[in-house]
Amino acid sequence: MEVKTKDLWVFIETKEDGSPKKVGLELLNPGKAMAKKQGGELAAVVIGCNVNASIEAASRYGADTVIAVDGEEYKDYSTDAYTIAITKLVEKYGPTSMLIGATNNGRDLGPRIACRLHTGLTADCTALDIDAETGNVAWTRPAFGGNLMATIMCPEHRPQMGTVRPGVFKMAEPAEKDAKVIWEKISVPAEDIRTQIIELIREMDAESVDLEGAQIIVSGGRGVKGPEGFAPIRALAEALGGTVGASRAAVDSGWIPHAHQVGQTGKTVGPKLYIACGISGAIQHLAGMSSSDHIIAINKDPDAPIFGVADYGIVGDLFEVLPVLTDAIKKAKA
Amino acid sequence: MNILVCIKQVPDTTEIKIDPVKNTLIREGVPSIVNPFDGYALEAAARIKDNNPDTKIVVLSMGPAQAKNALKECLAIAADKAYLLTDRAFGGSDTLATSYILSQAIRHVETLEGSFDLIFCGKQAIDGDTAQVGPEIAEHLGLPQITYGLEASVENGKVIVKKEVEEGVQVITASMPCLVTYTKPSWDPRYPTLKRKMAANRAEIPDITAVDLTEINLEHAGLKGSPTKVKATFVPPRKSGGIVIQEDTASASTMKLFTLMSDNGLI
Repeated sequence: MEVKTKDLWVFIETKEDGSPKKVGLELLNPGKAMAKKQGGELAAVVIGCNVNASIEAASRYGADTVIAVDGEEYKDYSTDAYTIAITKLVEKYGPTSMLIGATNNGRDLGPRIACRLHTGLTADCTALDIDAETGNVAWTRPAFGGNLMATIMCPEHRPQMGTVRPGVFKMAEPAEKDAKVIWEKISVPAEDIRTQIIELIREMDAESVDLEGAQIIVSGGRGVKGPEGFAPIRALAEALGGTVGASRAAVDSGWIPHAHQVGQTGKTVGPKLYIACGISGAIQHLAGMSSSDHIIAINKDPDAPIFGVADYGIVGDLFEVLPVLTDAIKKAKA
Repeated sequence: MNILVCIKQVPDTTEIKIDPVKNTLIREGVPSIVNPFDGYALEAAARIKDNNPDTKIVVLSMGPAQAKNALKECLAIAADKAYLLTDRAFGGSDTLATSYILSQAIRHVETLEGSFDLIFCGKQAIDGDTAQVGPEIAEHLGLPQITYGLEASVENGKVIVKKEVEEGVQVITASMPCLVTYTKPSWDPRYPTLKRKMAANRAEIPDITAVDLTEINLEHAGLKGSPTKVKATFVPPRKSGGIVIQEDTASASTMKLFTLMSDNGLI
């Protein structure tokens, strides 16, 4: 692809109602600094249906320009329509780099676009920088289940693309700003969208599993011993207004659905408070939660690696600790 | 029904340890396994075959000769035929180059086995964790894709996939041929039977090399065909631990924690 600007793009994924998913706004923050180092501006690319709220948010959280594509065909995400739209925009404007949130949709879309544009994509980055020597983006990501970090560059192909996990970066402080808005009309005929959504079955339990957006997460691992062992975890999460997470061991044992899994093959989270109960702290789990602001660990084994990343840890039985803690919190909040 | 399942042999990353002195990965003695997500893709194919007995399942892997062990395991579980894609010219490929080579190999296997109605992959391999090769194969072949599949069925010439999304489960359909990638479902994949295991051990697994791929442009393969370059690798730094509470009773420990939480505005 021909590079026409030094601009950096951030893809703002929208929800069904046209409002933005949080990760896009998070990425505007590192994107701003990177665009500056690359000598260009920061553009947000907003695609969806009735996207005004997303345009305003992108402007507030740091975009210099917003490129917006609005249409019924973008109401629900589809690989085909979104790939067509972004590829057309890239070919027209020629940005030098592009960040995409590593949501399920972002990880579906990123490789499809990169392949169509014949360029390199680095997945699930946890750190971003501009290499001082070459001016290339230095994408850092975990591999081997989080045991190894790799820094990757894409020296000769453009745009340089990367997906970044939600919760890794924090949103900037919002500011009153009027970004320049460019509307692009890109129509995708229905027959070019080769997948059809039949229905959405929402998660059965009423509790939300929006782990990536959660401010407080209480997670259970092997130490909860069974599906019923999640009862005190849920009670504490409820008392704190938090969301229930789980380690791979608990999910693999069938005690709780995979949607709750935090870690390398689950979600990466960055809440204000993460409470790990009966979780030993395998590197795969730590890879998904160690950027939390505060970490509390409750585990019987004083040598559990989870204590290595915890701000506060209790060596003890979670079934004795949690009810007492939940009670105390309820009383404090009453 | 003709289904291709792409599989990768990977080190079992849950068994990888860090050398505490040198701070490097200890790779020796780490067992090689079939990438678990590819196992779910194979199981999804096997379930389609359970309902459509005239289905043929072909497995394809790119890797060194020892990856034949992984292919044999797939034959033992559910596959009918296996091919190993192996050539030094393919070494050092990133996801774009890998998916290009695989797409060329798929075209070649189709000349031997007939066109594939469905191509299944794991959503990602547990060593690289990129989740890119499946969608990039679909793009190279011009196929629709469905990612994060949990299970699939075929009805009236269309594939219907239950897909994991943030809000729950989406039911999504596409015409065939189509590529589907799989994540972890709530059930376990089947085990091989003794009879299948013995047959798999005797099975011949043909090699496919660069010369078999008559259409391939080797400029797009290997290191030189890879837009991304690894500049550095390092073992992630460990955060040092904080306050560990271990009072005489659990409730004393808990109240100490509660006080710390209150003092730090965490309640």
